[in-house]
Parts: sequence; C-alpha cells; structure tokens
Amino acid sequence: MASNLNLKLKIWRQPSTNAKGTFQDVEATDIPETASFLEMLDIVNQRIIDSGGDPVAFDHDCREGICGTCSMVINGIPHGPRRGTTACQLHMRLFKNGDTIWIEPFRAKAFPVIKDLAVDRSAFDRIMVAGGFISVRTGSAQDANSLPISKEDADSAMDAAECIGCGACVATCKNASAMLFVSAKAGQLNSLPQGQPEKHRRVLGMVKAMDESGFGNCTNQYECEAACPKGISVRWIAKLNRDYALATVHESLLAPANGKGGGAA
Amino acid sequence: MSALLKSFSSFLGSSIGKKLLVALTGAVLVLFVLGHMIGNLLIFVGPDAINEYGHFLQTMIHGAGVWIARVGLLVCAVLHVVLTIQLTRENRAARSQRYGYTATIQASKSSRIMILSGLTILAFIIYHLLHFTVHAGNNYGTYQVMLHGEKVHDVYKMVVAGFSWLPASIFYIIAMLLLCSHLSHGVSSMFQTLGLATERTRPIFEKIGSAYAAIILIGNCSIPIAVLLHFVK
Repeated sequence: MASNLNLKLKIWRQPSTNAKGTFQDVEATDIPETASFLEMLDIVNQRIIDSGGDPVAFDHDCREGICGTCSMVINGIPHGPRRGTTACQLHMRLFKNGDTIWIEPFRAKAFPVIKDLAVDRSAFDRIMVAGGFISVRTGSAQDANSLPISKEDADSAMDAAECIGCGACVATCKNASAMLFVSAKAGQLNSLPQGQPEKHRRVLGMVKAMDESGFGNCTNQYECEAACPKGISVRWIAKLNRDYALATVHESLLAPANGKGGGAA
Repeated sequence: MSALLKSFSSFLGSSIGKKLLVALTGAVLVLFVLGHMIGNLLIFVGPDAINEYGHFLQTMIHGAGVWIARVGLLVCAVLHVVLTIQLTRENRAARSQRYGYTATIQASKSSRIMILSGLTILAFIIYHLLHFTVHAGNNYGTYQVMLHGEKVHDVYKMVVAGFSWLPASIFYIIAMLLLCSHLSHGVSSMFQTLGLATERTRPIFEKIGSAYAAIILIGNCSIPIAVLLHFVK
C-alpha cells in the first residue's frame, strides 16, 4: 500500500544570475511515494502558484532519463543519492517520512545560475563546437562495409557515447572540472576510424575550450564516475590525458612546419 | 622555432599540460624517497655501512654527483609545488559559490588533503635540510670518524644525535604520516594523469600506491623510533 510523505525541503532560490541566492524552507506535505522527484517539485510548484507565489524554476525535458536536462543537486549529490539515475528517474519512495532534503543548482563558475535551480550549461556547447564532431562529405553514402571497425572499438565508442551531457560530473567534482564530459565526447570519436583525421585538432581544441570556460582541473578523485547517471568510466580521462600529450607532440614536433599542401610555394 | 615555443606555452597554460608536469616531477620525487629510504636504512647494518654510503654520495663523480642530484631534485620540487599551488587556486576559483549541503561519494580523505599534506611536507623538507644538510644551529658538521684509514663525516653519530631530541623525532614522524597520505593518492594518480591507467590496471595501481606509501612510512619511521628506543645508539 503506497503511502504519502511529509518532507522538509530546503530549496535554493535565486531570482537571477547576479542576484544573491538563499535557501528557502518549504513544507512538502502529502507527497505520494510513487511520484518522481520532479513530480514532487511539480506538486510543490502548483501549491506555490495557487497561493500566488513564484514557482521554483528547474530544468526538465524527457523525464525518462535520457536527455540530460534535469540538473539539480539533491543532498549534496547531483541527481540525488541513487547511483546511475537522473533526477527525473529518482522516486520519492527512496526518501522517508519527515526527511529534510536540500535542493541546489549545479554549482560551477562555468555554469552560471539562470534562476533558482536552472543553470546555463552553454559552456558544454562551446566545447562541442571546438571539436566534438567529425567532418564528412555529404552526397551519396559510401558502401556500409568500406570502413571496418572492430567489435571492441565499436563497443568502447558506444560506452563513451552514453554521455548525455547533463553536467553532473562538473557539479559533483570537488574542483568543478569537466574532464569526464570532455574525455567522453572526445574519446567516443577518437575511438573510431571516422574520428582519426581530426583527432589531434579535436583534442587540443576541446581542452582549450574547456580551460577557457573556467572549469577546474581534474585531481583524480573519481567523484564524477560515481555521480554520472550513465556510469561513464574515468578510463576516458586517462585516454584524454594520453591523447593530449600525443596531440601536443604532433602539433609541436611532427606536423609539417611549412606545409604547402602540395601547392606552389 | 616560434611554432614550437607556441605549442610549449599553450601546453604549459593548459590544465592537462600542467597536470602532466606535476605527474612527471612527482614520479622523480617518488623514486627519490624510495632511494633515500633504502640508503638511510643502512643505519641498521652498522656505523661503517652508513658512513661509507654517506662518503660515497659526497665523493661520487669527484663530488659533482651530489650537486647534479640536488639541482635535479630542486627543479622537480619547485615545479611540483608551484604548479600544484596554481592548479589548486584555479580549482577553488572554479567553484566560487560553495554547496549548502556537501557530500562526498568516493573521493578518499588523502585525495582531499593533498595541498595540505604537500605544503606540510614542503615545510618538513626545509627543516630537514637545515637539520641534517646545512647543520644550522647544530655542530653535526664537525662529527668525524676514521673509515678505511680516511677521515669521513660521521653520519651515524649525527642521526643518533638528531633523533635523540624528542620534538624533532615527533615532527619527522608526523611528516612521514602526511607523506604516506600524499603518496597513497599521488602514486596511483600519477598513472591516471600520464594516461597509463586503464579500467583493468587502475585497481592494481591503487594497490601499488597504498603499498608504496606504507613501505615509505614504516621504513622512514623505523629510524627515529629505533633511536628513541636506544635500539640504535
């Protein structure tokens, strides 16, 4: 028999990016334990709206754990206490009647708060623009078997491709580092033959965009891997470190110094 | 040439470039502490063994060897400290607004106090050099002993005298506990930063790091403890 919960919420309220934020105490009474965490916030917001208040702003979209839009820190852990789960897939039955729940936005200088729990993650877009793609010719498709890829490489790339770009790795990292995201996005393409031509340029470009956005530096504490709703492994960070060293050697020593690309001087 | 310098400066300016240098200089320092400990454990073999070892260090390559090592270690230590302070400052700046409720999922205690343990070890190294290398405020430099018909520095007598003063021994032991903490994260972290760790090797590197840290702690602390218990006198 499903029962209802009475909870004490401490919700971060911040009217705008530069405004000062504070925690607001909200009594969330009579919450069905079958509700998801976001549905609980919907119920709380409806009550705030009914009483003429300003509802809590939070990001959400698919509500089935695959889009990476929901972005809140619940009791100090992005997406809450359940491993491998986004906030939308977190259910209220994980909490006990009378619990106090702290709800905060992802905190990082590179992710400025827009309002309340909603943060601006366009720093991730800038990183993707700097190399998170492959350039392919358009037009008629080539034969499907013309690019052999080993099963291991395909599986490995798919593991990295699981990243939904939610930013939980940044939010949980003690240094607000984006290394898990960047390493998964770069590693996915660097594992495949289609990603090889632009590999060095991709690695240098994405790391530069990451540093310029004001993210911190990785200190190998692996909080990111534990908080990641998709369980992306920190082995991608090791690969990015390795690829960055190789890309630097390529750029500084191996690439033609005065390449004319076959044209006349 | 300017393209090479440009690559190098952007490497040094990048987060991963700085971390790679921290890992490489750390590797040199990690190997040094093991060699230093093995040499010092010769005190348990007897006065002649450690005095001969000390004499060898002072005279190898006509006295140049010890200076090559000192300059190399100084460069590594300075780079390691300067870069980690810079990285730590960037890390603090990256999260200017702290969490109201802080939680840690799996980061080890050692990994979270690296800057604290590191800076304490730096203070210890300065004290240690003043104590046993520069002989500031003591007359250990005048201790002489005959070895194979040659007058050499009496390292054995200096170590016994140095550790007979309890406060010095306590500071050495505290510093070694922090070094153990620093190494237990630093050694395995080095393999990850150098890109050598994989999913299967990371747990092995972590065990090696813990074992290495424990060996350094036990080996180094055994000397002041042995002196204080009059086992070495």
